[in-house]
Amino acid sequence: MNVPSELKYTESHEWIRTESDGNLAVGITDHAQQAHGDLVFIELPAVGRTLQAGEACAVVESVKAASDIYAPVAGVVVAANDEIAAAPEKVNADPYGSWLFKLKPSDPAAPEKLLDAPAYAKVAGDD
Amino acid sequence: MLNTTPLNALHRAAGAKMVDFGGWEMPVNYGSQIEEHHAVRRDAGMFDVSHMLAIDLRGDGARRFLSYALANNVDKLAAPGKALYSCLLRPDGGVLDDLIAYFIREDAFRLVVNAGTADKDVEWVESLSRERAPRLVLVPRRDLAMIAVQGPRARERVWSALPQTREATEALKPFVAVQIGDYFLARTGYTGEDGFEVTLPATRAAELWDALAGAGVRRCGLGARDTLRLEAGMNLYGQDMDESVDPLESGLAWTVDLSGARDFVGKAALLSKPRLRTLVGLILVDKGGVLRGHQRVQTARGDGVVTSGTFSPTLGASIALARVPAGVAPGENVHVAIRGKLLAARVVKPPFVRNGKILVEP
Repeated sequence: MNVPSELKYTESHEWIRTESDGNLAVGITDHAQQAHGDLVFIELPAVGRTLQAGEACAVVESVKAASDIYAPVAGVVVAANDEIAAAPEKVNADPYGSWLFKLKPSDPAAPEKLLDAPAYAKVAGDD
Repeated sequence: MLNTTPLNALHRAAGAKMVDFGGWEMPVNYGSQIEEHHAVRRDAGMFDVSHMLAIDLRGDGARRFLSYALANNVDKLAAPGKALYSCLLRPDGGVLDDLIAYFIREDAFRLVVNAGTADKDVEWVESLSRERAPRLVLVPRRDLAMIAVQGPRARERVWSALPQTREATEALKPFVAVQIGDYFLARTGYTGEDGFEVTLPATRAAELWDALAGAGVRRCGLGARDTLRLEAGMNLYGQDMDESVDPLESGLAWTVDLSGARDFVGKAALLSKPRLRTLVGLILVDKGGVLRGHQRVQTARGDGVVTSGTFSPTLGASIALARVPAGVAPGENVHVAIRGKLLAARVVKPPFVRNGKILVEP
């Protein structure tokens, strides 16, 4: 299982990368894409939508089932990755290179409270 | 404690993701379900289907008994080895199971039934035979394993793994089986492709599985089996039909022989009930999700429900089977409720795909 040390994580298997402008790129982890299997459909939040922490805001569907993706922290959606929505299989091939949406956090310090890589590796290992 | 097949250790060694399927621990995929699907459409793949149960019926009167027990007519089975797809019905017409009946000899037939319903089936057929054919002996064959090898190159790969079976099976017609030593080879399947389903002693299953893998047959899990059967327009028991519906509202009228004077379990009920619903195929036209079981279908004649839905790897679109009010016909547009939105879908006549070819307009 691949868990890059420079990223933050949630217990619901999203990864979060803080960009140089302070926005957060959000994707699903390697563990999550393996559990889902081949992804065939992704629904992304509209740019400009305001999200609460933990709010269901995107959907990934594999051949097997649909799963919600949750906002890791509160904020506003500033970008949605339409390229990934058009080619969901890229998430299986490169989960950490495939961000789904970007969020401007309402509290710039909020990401610090998310799981670090060792803590997430434990969550995913127990899953 | 889950049941396991004789191939369980081999699945694990090959990296399979194992799941609980009706009380059996079975491989759902060995990596990519979609690649496994394509392997069957384009080349050859194999499935461990040892969780299914073969039930041998032995003794005089086997044909007469099955003629009463099954909704399809075993009198269609003239030549030894011939197979027949049929429903097993309750007296009220509800579907207890779907199965394949093989005619071996006048005093020997074999039924192959679903895993999840196997115990119920044995109990039902036994009670029926006590009443109708007390000298008939039922033998559930848990000593056997089953491997389905499917795809345009499946047969040649089986011949390469089991050269001794080639001569006797080269001219074997679809839906016919032959016993060759330990191996019962049937030209049947559940994918819409050519191939064999091989029934053999459990003790020899691992050896054949390895030989087939060595001959270039891809290991495929139940995930790919489900997308393949749905593309082929084949029903799955427990999803597309069960005890609460009859075969005529499940797209299975072609398997029910109502002709002539033959009586069978469920016949009177089928003849007396009006046909209010029908099973159709759907292709999702709008973007916005994937068709799945239990989604509501809105039609001009009232609401229906998706019974099985998935993403079709061959079509690159979402497809489904749905039970809708009678009269809804191919070509009509309907709407399916997916996450609070109504998405347009088109009614089609299954199958969607057969022998590698797309049969519906995408």
